[in-house]
Amino acid sequence: MNWEAVLPLFIFISLVFIVGIWAGKFVSRSDSFLQEYFLGGRSLGGFILAMTLVTTYGSASSFLSGPGTAYNEGLGWVLLSMTQLATGYFVLMVLGKRFAIVTRKYKAVTIVDFLKERYQSKWVVLLSAASILIFLFSAMSAQWIGGARLVQSLTGIPYFTALCIFSFAVLVYVVVGGFRAVAITDGIQGIIMFLGTLVLLVAVIIAGGGVSQIMSDLAAENPNLLTPFGSDGSLTPAYVSSFWVLVGVGVVALPQIAVRAMSYKNAKALHRGIIISTFVVGFIMLNMHLIGVFGRTVLPGIEIGDTVMPELAQAVLPGWAAGIVLAAPMAAIMTTVNSLLLMVSSTIVKDVYLNYVRPDAGDKTIRRWSMSATALIGIIVVFMSLQPPDLIIWLNLFSMGGLEAAFIWPIILGLYWRRGTKHGAIASMLTGVISYIIFETFYPQPFGMHSVVTSMLLALAAYISGSVLSEKEIIKK
Amino acid sequence: MERKEWTDKRYKTANREAWLGVGLVIFNFIWWFGFAYGLGNKSPESYNYILGFPAWFFFSCILGFIVMMILTILVVKFFFKDISLEEEE
Repeated sequence: MNWEAVLPLFIFISLVFIVGIWAGKFVSRSDSFLQEYFLGGRSLGGFILAMTLVTTYGSASSFLSGPGTAYNEGLGWVLLSMTQLATGYFVLMVLGKRFAIVTRKYKAVTIVDFLKERYQSKWVVLLSAASILIFLFSAMSAQWIGGARLVQSLTGIPYFTALCIFSFAVLVYVVVGGFRAVAITDGIQGIIMFLGTLVLLVAVIIAGGGVSQIMSDLAAENPNLLTPFGSDGSLTPAYVSSFWVLVGVGVVALPQIAVRAMSYKNAKALHRGIIISTFVVGFIMLNMHLIGVFGRTVLPGIEIGDTVMPELAQAVLPGWAAGIVLAAPMAAIMTTVNSLLLMVSSTIVKDVYLNYVRPDAGDKTIRRWSMSATALIGIIVVFMSLQPPDLIIWLNLFSMGGLEAAFIWPIILGLYWRRGTKHGAIASMLTGVISYIIFETFYPQPFGMHSVVTSMLLALAAYISGSVLSEKEIIKK
Repeated sequence: MERKEWTDKRYKTANREAWLGVGLVIFNFIWWFGFAYGLGNKSPESYNYILGFPAWFFFSCILGFIVMMILTILVVKFFFKDISLEEEE
């Protein structure tokens, strides 16, 4: 075991753990448990808002598989990754103040709450809760496995022990601290992700002999690595551009992201949040993927994409610094997992249990239920991570696009278009999810684009026609 | 069941700010696409280089990031209003 690298990693995990527990004291003090536990009492400032948004979005793929693909595809993949710059400003600007005002009027704590008040329909609630549970649960399992594997590969501890350490660290503070603990620890981990990226970038450029040298080495190996079209010229402009929808503007519809757009304190926090998150997301995405490309000349011949970033860090940095840099992907995974865990638990407790099973539950019952539901979901995920069922792996492939296709129109048009009805919303969710799964399975990349684009257009048609048709019917009556 | 959810003076400000977000993303896309495929769509041997990077990449991704950062700051500073978000009653 490489103690020099392992020690900083454990210090980092313990630090996050302690801060998370400390943030838990707000939960016991608060007079409205639900608001505090699932939304941090709507009190986030600009910096924490930006960090929790960026870190929830930035996951294992930004730090491990993304740079790994850039290593193989060259600058074309960095170009693709820059479509994510839009998430920094677009989410907070488009949901923006209108979402903040409306959700305060509705007293909504979750995204499903917002949809429930907007459409006044049981079916909208059940459909959206089901999509969140199915897709986010599988997404969470995938990240969880990634986290345990990372601890395992960095420290050499067996997978089972690694899984226990990782789970314990995340679970305890999320269970006792809720949203505020998640947001504050996201703030710390966001700083680690930022610094880790910066240090590794500088070290890789030095190891490669400067940018010009790296570029001429790449050109000598395969000139395609310097083009926008990928190593074998197969990245078409239409395909790369369609990622503006999947990982750019579509992100607005991911429930774990959208819920953050109702958690900030005031307009000033929003303004600062927009600027900081644009900077941080752009910096991390651009440089992390560039590191992958540069790494090709520093450490050629790595076969498994996900190991590019850890191997590079260990090759170009002294042991202790590598430990700090490798805390970055760890942080990326922990910050995504903690938000997903809380999102799933809020869906079960707030959206299903309190709406339909026990609407009259007292504060004490809610408190007990929220915490035990969060803990229980966490434990189920740990067990599933021991031997992940194929269904989870299969569902995870659809998770991001599926949620976007389901929620984008019910959220956006529900917020801005008065004539949208529950029939439109239900039609849109069903059309979005089902068409997306069908396209991905049988006919990927219709019109040369990622299938999420086509599914979103179909879902838009369904929303508008469903709304207009049902409106006429209501008038007839 | 009318709860004044569609009539609120603050929506005018909020809607304008949302459209600014849409405007920024369209500008961002055009900048990104134009430089990447405008300058990058030729044989790599004839690329120009800026600070070591191929020109298409430098303009599209690096300068594009800086330009979007500046634009976002300007839009927020000059067009976004500091209004109350709380329920009025």
